[in-house]
Amino acid sequence: MSATGIGAAVRRKEDQRFITGKGHYTDDINRPGQTYAYFVRSPHAHATIKSVDSGAASSMPGVVAVLNGAELAADKIGGLICGWMIHSKDGSPMKAAPHPALANNKVCHVGDPVAVVIAETLAQARDAAEKVNVDYGVLPAVIDPAQAQRAGVPQIHEVAPNNTIYQWHLGDAAGTDAAFKSAAHVTKLDIVNNRLIPNAIEPRAALAEYDAGNETLTLWNTSQNPHVARLVISAFIGMAPEHKLRVIAPDVGGGFGSKIFIYPEEVVSLWASRRVGRPVKWVSDRSEAFLVDAHGRDHVTHAEMALDAAGKILGMRVKTVANLGAYMQVFSSAVPTYLYATLLSGQYQIPQIYCEVDAVYTNTNSVDAYRGAGRPEATFVVERLVEVAARELDIDPAEMRRKNFVKTFPHQTPVIFAYDAGDYEASLKKALDIADYKGFAKRKREAARQGKLRGIGFSTYIEACGLAPSQAVGALGGGVGQWESCEVRVNPTGSIEVLTGSHAHGQGHETTFAQVVAERLGVPIENVSIVHGDTDKVQFGMGTYGSRSGAVGMSALVKALDKVEAKAKKVAAHLLEAAEGDIEFKDGNFSVAGTDKSVPWGGVALNAYIAHKFNGQELEPGLKETSFYDPTNFTFPAGCHICEVEVDPETGNTEIVGWTAVDDFGVVINPMIVEGQIHGGVAQGIGQALCEGAIYDREGQLVTGSLMDYCMPRADHLPAIKVDTTMTKCPSNPLGIKGCGEAGAIASPPAVINAITNAIGTEDIAMPATPQAVWAALQKSGRSLARGVIQRDTEKKNVQLYL
Amino acid sequence: MATVSLTVNGKSVTADVDPRTLLVQLLRENLRLTGTHVGCDTSQCGACVVHVNGEAVKSCTVLAVQLDGADVLSIEGLAPANGPLHPMQEAFRENHGLQCGYCTPGMIMTAVDMVRRKGHELDDRTIREELEGNICRCTGYHNIVKSIAAGARAMASGAASKAAE
Repeated sequence: MSATGIGAAVRRKEDQRFITGKGHYTDDINRPGQTYAYFVRSPHAHATIKSVDSGAASSMPGVVAVLNGAELAADKIGGLICGWMIHSKDGSPMKAAPHPALANNKVCHVGDPVAVVIAETLAQARDAAEKVNVDYGVLPAVIDPAQAQRAGVPQIHEVAPNNTIYQWHLGDAAGTDAAFKSAAHVTKLDIVNNRLIPNAIEPRAALAEYDAGNETLTLWNTSQNPHVARLVISAFIGMAPEHKLRVIAPDVGGGFGSKIFIYPEEVVSLWASRRVGRPVKWVSDRSEAFLVDAHGRDHVTHAEMALDAAGKILGMRVKTVANLGAYMQVFSSAVPTYLYATLLSGQYQIPQIYCEVDAVYTNTNSVDAYRGAGRPEATFVVERLVEVAARELDIDPAEMRRKNFVKTFPHQTPVIFAYDAGDYEASLKKALDIADYKGFAKRKREAARQGKLRGIGFSTYIEACGLAPSQAVGALGGGVGQWESCEVRVNPTGSIEVLTGSHAHGQGHETTFAQVVAERLGVPIENVSIVHGDTDKVQFGMGTYGSRSGAVGMSALVKALDKVEAKAKKVAAHLLEAAEGDIEFKDGNFSVAGTDKSVPWGGVALNAYIAHKFNGQELEPGLKETSFYDPTNFTFPAGCHICEVEVDPETGNTEIVGWTAVDDFGVVINPMIVEGQIHGGVAQGIGQALCEGAIYDREGQLVTGSLMDYCMPRADHLPAIKVDTTMTKCPSNPLGIKGCGEAGAIASPPAVINAITNAIGTEDIAMPATPQAVWAALQKSGRSLARGVIQRDTEKKNVQLYL
Repeated sequence: MATVSLTVNGKSVTADVDPRTLLVQLLRENLRLTGTHVGCDTSQCGACVVHVNGEAVKSCTVLAVQLDGADVLSIEGLAPANGPLHPMQEAFRENHGLQCGYCTPGMIMTAVDMVRRKGHELDDRTIREELEGNICRCTGYHNIVKSIAAGARAMASGAASKAAE
């Protein structure tokens, strides 16, 4: 391993600009003649729009234009789309309702944009927006997904009777019923997977500029996938032909899924820019971000697990209602179906699984992919069931898992996926050692003496990444292919530009992609630039989400490097006057096998362009290669996380006192960056488990609408995290990478809840397990404050009341 | 409009501003110092932290007109132009204390102020409690805590070598 090659903890190349304040985020960019957009949003969850009166606003100082949904429709700007078709179990297609970028006739959630003010300054736009007079006819709203399908509740969209988008299922219902009939024990759980608000620290932003001379539009946008944005805005929304629209996603300050989607604001900014003939900038404030950035999770589930008397899992039955909010988003139909039910087998051999999912509309903001997207919800179901079953059967939770692990590969689950490689026992064992599981009972006794309830919780998770084989995705209803592209441009001086369709918004691609090039071509990492995020530079790409950049984006890079090497060998053969087959390439040198004749990388690059040493008719000059890599399988990262908590029975406060993460991500390009991904993912999962939760009131007002009301994890909520890895190579891609971006967020919520329930001795706790919720659960279960008091009274006698 | 004169990163600046202009707007819009970021509208996130007269301040909570005569330091002025990085900047890079980079300028400015107030030997608990006003969504804070502890120590040796000179 070289100091900058694969496996090295190279310090990040991109950091220089970020630590010196020289990054270029969308809001840092300004264009001559720029105007500012501010949106008028619905204060109601459900209402008809009787009229929009812009008269007073239009005459306010600095106002350039006030535009509304009727004008948008008149200009034939199409609505926003969902890109994944799901069919119900009766064969009918999902009921996707129209989603205009500016509401026309009707609003369906608080924050639904109704009009936009374009003004010389942001302050003027904001002032004028207050003068836009919208006359609403308020309608009753439906907020609770569990109520959405009931008779008599308000109907949100005409196309979707009973507010039902689809009623989907996966697996063998009869076979699962039979497994349950033969079971010695059935574990049942009702689970709410709480609704989350992504809150990337950079708010979304759009800067749109129309060039009337060339009839082109340029959009600087906080996007995880600028090419997909361009395709949708062009082909479906009809803003401009694809070749007349340029989308640039410059430095992007975190995404976590929320910046995958194509939202109303960028569409309206583009349209407004063309209307007013000047650049238009829109920057979300945090309050808007809470209201309209797509939320995550929000499932209500009943789950059952059938087991034999020895604790072998025989089957699982899961019924979920998924709240997709007021409108569908780009991936929202796929998240609670093919990204959820397919993971219900976890790391276990489960002969039968049957899952039903109803997706419903409610008068709340859209719900779509958020870090993990469906897989955290599945993992929570599986890992809670396994843990509770172990407790009910009085089997050690580690032993319970070991007993049911998949041990041979490939393994076909009953829910589509074929796991290709893994060693679940190895990661469990390593995690148990690092977490000192054997010493837990002692620690629990010591904590009890301090009046604290100590608990330990496991999560042996699996996920599916590397989205994905295009044909497979198409067969499941996906609207696009899920390959990735890469272009490697070798300059005459030997320096290299890699143009990738992956997009970095914190992941460090400028470093890790360069490491792969350095390893393969033997060039210094400083001589490699990674270019991404601009549709005028990178021809096409699917972007970054689903932990796909390593497994898919880097595979495309390797494929392009293969072609570069092959072509370079041809050039070297001419330079060295040898047969192409005799040329060897190692450590940046081309040599003739068995001789001391060689030419360095730079010499080959230069001669490829000078083209004096070969016939340009037989061998094309230049050195630049492109690849499109289509995966042959999903990848299956897996691992074991162990959480240890201390609960204060008097306050209900949970302190995480230990966290162990042992993950198998296949081959790791940069362990420092991978550890960072784990830290961040675990933090988001702990946030979900302990403090985060979006709450709407009965009228559909978002109660948790600011960072004062929605509890984002702070530094003092979180533990130091012990990270380690095991490794089974991914067999389906050239580097053996599985992906690491989402694992932490997938693994961690059940580990926390398993630890808390282990500590407090009752399973009756929902996420977020706030101090109030934990305290209430203790009260309800009778294992409350009194026990803490008793414990302290008996402290000296060392009575182990809780064990 | 109101006129305000202050020092920003060692340079005298005079600007005519709308009286409601916040310091962060003055920095970003008038002076084009875009390293100071805005991440919220309730003074929670800390992406906009700068130093005013040597103390960490959320620049979204101060009106520009309040700062007549003040000395403001933003992330762009922390290290000398074309000189070496500040030890805290270097510590964030060395310890992978940043991912997307958006909260980073505020984190670094807070960290430098933390060292001024709490000294060079900072334990984990102190650092975590002191970061109450800075939110990061990427790192889980683990490496930020590590960076600040390392940066604080490096600032001590920097100060020591300066004193020796």
